[in-house]
Amino acid sequence: MEHQETLPTVETAKKLGLLPEEFERIQEILGRVPNFTELSIFSVMWSEHCSYKNSIVWLKKLPKDSPRMLAKAGEENAGVVDLGDGLGCAFKIESHNHPSALEPYQGAATGVGGINRDIFTMGARPIAQLNSLRFGNLNLAKTKWLVKGVVKGIGDYGNAFGIPTVGGEVQFDDCYNVNPLVNAFSAGILKKGKMASAISYGVGNPVFIVGSATGKDGIGGASFASEDISEKSSEKLPAVQVGDPFQEKLLLEATLEIIDSGCVIGIQDMGAAGIICSTSEMSAKGEHGMDIDLSKVPTRQPNMKPFEILLSESQERMLIVVEKGKEDIAKKIFDKWDLNCEQIGVVTDTKRLNFYQDGVLVADVPAEDLVLGGGAPVYQREYREPAYYQEYKKFKIESIADLSGTDEIRKVAEHLLSHPNVCSKKWVAEQYDSTIGRANRNTNSPSDAAVVKVHGSEKSIVITVDCNSRYVNADPEEGCAIAVAEASRNIICSGGEPVAITNCLNFGNPYVPEVYWQFVGAIKGMKKSCETFGTPVTGGNVSFYNQSSDEGPVFPTPTIGMLGILDNPENRMTLDFKAAGDLIYLVGASKNDVNSSEYLYSYRGIKASGHPAFDLAEEKSLQDAVSKLISSKLIASAHDVSDGGLFITLAESAMPGQFGFAINTDAAFRKDAFLFGEAQSRVLVSVKADKLAEFEKALQTDGVRYSALGTVTSDPNYVIDSEVIVAAKSAKEVYDNTLEGYLV
Amino acid sequence: MKFGVVVFPGSNCDDDTIGVLEAMGQEAIKLWHKDTDLQGADFLILPGGFSYGDYLRSGAIARFSPIMDKVIEHASNGGYLMGICNGFQVLVEAGLLPGVLLRNDKQKFISKNIYLKTQSTNSLLTNGLDTEKAYKIPIAHAEGRYFADEATLKQLNDNNQVLFRYCDENAEITEASNPNGSLENIAGICNAGRNVFGLMPHPERAADPLLSNTDGLEILKQLISSEVLA
Repeated sequence: MEHQETLPTVETAKKLGLLPEEFERIQEILGRVPNFTELSIFSVMWSEHCSYKNSIVWLKKLPKDSPRMLAKAGEENAGVVDLGDGLGCAFKIESHNHPSALEPYQGAATGVGGINRDIFTMGARPIAQLNSLRFGNLNLAKTKWLVKGVVKGIGDYGNAFGIPTVGGEVQFDDCYNVNPLVNAFSAGILKKGKMASAISYGVGNPVFIVGSATGKDGIGGASFASEDISEKSSEKLPAVQVGDPFQEKLLLEATLEIIDSGCVIGIQDMGAAGIICSTSEMSAKGEHGMDIDLSKVPTRQPNMKPFEILLSESQERMLIVVEKGKEDIAKKIFDKWDLNCEQIGVVTDTKRLNFYQDGVLVADVPAEDLVLGGGAPVYQREYREPAYYQEYKKFKIESIADLSGTDEIRKVAEHLLSHPNVCSKKWVAEQYDSTIGRANRNTNSPSDAAVVKVHGSEKSIVITVDCNSRYVNADPEEGCAIAVAEASRNIICSGGEPVAITNCLNFGNPYVPEVYWQFVGAIKGMKKSCETFGTPVTGGNVSFYNQSSDEGPVFPTPTIGMLGILDNPENRMTLDFKAAGDLIYLVGASKNDVNSSEYLYSYRGIKASGHPAFDLAEEKSLQDAVSKLISSKLIASAHDVSDGGLFITLAESAMPGQFGFAINTDAAFRKDAFLFGEAQSRVLVSVKADKLAEFEKALQTDGVRYSALGTVTSDPNYVIDSEVIVAAKSAKEVYDNTLEGYLV
Repeated sequence: MKFGVVVFPGSNCDDDTIGVLEAMGQEAIKLWHKDTDLQGADFLILPGGFSYGDYLRSGAIARFSPIMDKVIEHASNGGYLMGICNGFQVLVEAGLLPGVLLRNDKQKFISKNIYLKTQSTNSLLTNGLDTEKAYKIPIAHAEGRYFADEATLKQLNDNNQVLFRYCDENAEITEASNPNGSLENIAGICNAGRNVFGLMPHPERAADPLLSNTDGLEILKQLISSEVLA
């Protein structure tokens, strides 16, 4: 080991984001003071982004088993679920919040690229994408800039890559003014027995880097994602990567081809922390080492320093360990696709990573000590209930007057139809190719979750992303349990069977005890809800430090990406009313509850209230009952009651077929709660008259509450208690065009 | 009929196109852009996608692919050739179809269902189509605004080379139903020899009852169910 440079001190370590005790620990591991390259290696590998050091203790409490798991949480780049018919589905969600806050277009684009690489590095061909976005106040010029950039970034990357974006969610709140959230989800299909693994073993096996050349973009991105966003963050622009979807498309085809060829020992995409992350994780997993010559890495610019090459987060690259003697197979495939394919090293039995440049050993580190589950630090963080929590709970509906009459119902209806959180997200969705792959069953018949055909099989996957972060803020445990329940409800209402989740845990600074309390609560809620619905957690990611120095943390936003399976295509259910004269029912119980509703929050202006009414057991029996109604063919549509309450749910069911509806409220409930409350565990259904008796009997047998609301009409008006609230046509115009109005 | 679907680097609708042709009971093979052998294909299709990333003008680089000489020769000899979306863009870049495809008037990528009205049944692609029907077909493109100079446009109209125009769901050709600002709502054309077709919408994405829309299948079926009316 040559030490021509001055060795770094604890001050350097602190500048790289390491704690003094972590610097001590590194010296113990190496038995000496690390050089700068080595210190850089530890700083990124032990950053929150790579090591989960502040979250893993709690993540381990989540359920991760089910008979359907082919790859469980933490085992591979993404979880894999058995679909039957010899097929598996790899799926995962990941955040790209910090890059998107600074450079929305590239930040979001590379988020899409990264999540798809996680899927195809396992040998799965991506078939559908979703995304979950959070922005600040839409009246702000900065928010408009962020929305336009993020949406264009996701679109340009995903559209060229050629995988449909089939759904997602977008919400706006002042808490995201500085720090937007960009969470990207992808699902892919693989043949059982063809799954590739992120592992390295076999002394003498060659190590290849393939795909794009390595540049100085994204250096230290993982460390950057582990700090608060501040004024100085814009100086970190080189920490934002640049995406090239064309390279990604070629890399996809070449990767699937090489995995199929059978010459691959292990493969991992280069995401956060680039070469150092993939070499260390694959080596640690396979309990081997590697000798790597950094001079052989194709670079975009000359004279890159060792730490720059190791830490670069240049996109569209993979590390592949190939069986010795089969190098030519690999070279031929990447040649065909005009991609770089350079051998940069060999597998050793030392369990150490030795990096050379121009023949000089520049870093010598043990693989195991770098990684999660190995030597990476694990912390129990302090947490404390924030003062607001009890304050929020004090809100009582009796403290506000009910709606004064029909005129005020009209006002609230208009407010909600034209609210960015409630209105159609068409302006966003139409910028994403949603029909490529000829698999999206929602294009011409919408449902609560996206139903995507799996070619070569009768089956479809049913996927959704959900999180109402206002609920989670009001009560992290119950709010996160609701997020899982809503995802499951969306899949049930589409005819699917929920099978597993992936999560993207977006929180503030974990060193703030009140923030960590939100994190702990959310994990507890997720755990009990996932256990109830039989949906283990297959992985995902944790994104802390979503806060600005001035304005505090974003709402705790544990986005749930759920996978369901639809075995029989005939069991598919849609949300739109089918015919005038069909009867409209609410399955589930109405409640005098407006907690955390959009109505209370933005129409009444009351920000402090508890979570909406929710009971897990009630939710489970509701979902079971709805599932049976669908498989028994007793209902014509199903749409879950969520943001904006019953009125918005009715409007959304009426709009696709250009129907009206006439319903009656129930004198036992306040009008505001009945129409606009967001109490959980309710599903709006329509029923053909000739199925009515059987429908009611089924719900009585299951002991699930229901109530008749009214009928679907050909009269193009939305009528409540015999009063026209709004004409169907103008409701749809407002609902469809609101977002565009903000964003032209 | 044996179909050959040309795969450029960045093509991403090749599998969709082949999947639908196979579902129609046709033989369909992939032709790699670096090859120069058409392997006996009678009908060539340039599929949708982002050939070579389309970082320059859409289709501008693909026209120089090794296989394009053979494609041009095939068309010049009267062989059938169709470009869908990016394939249409390649065909105008290669001069096999008149006009150009510009950036959409609203400067954004547009992905949605549109409606098509058949303008001439005098082609293999449109022979049996209903000229009064609005066919619901998805579009997904950023550069689909058809444009041609006046003389070219006149020629297209005079020779009935405009095969499809964008219309509304009642088959009315209106300004509001034009999704991208195309000249005279033009969505699809053929060459003067009526053996080369180009269209921006994706009929292959509307060819499956499980997707609740088979209007695209009706269009594609013309390729195998009808004879050319010379």
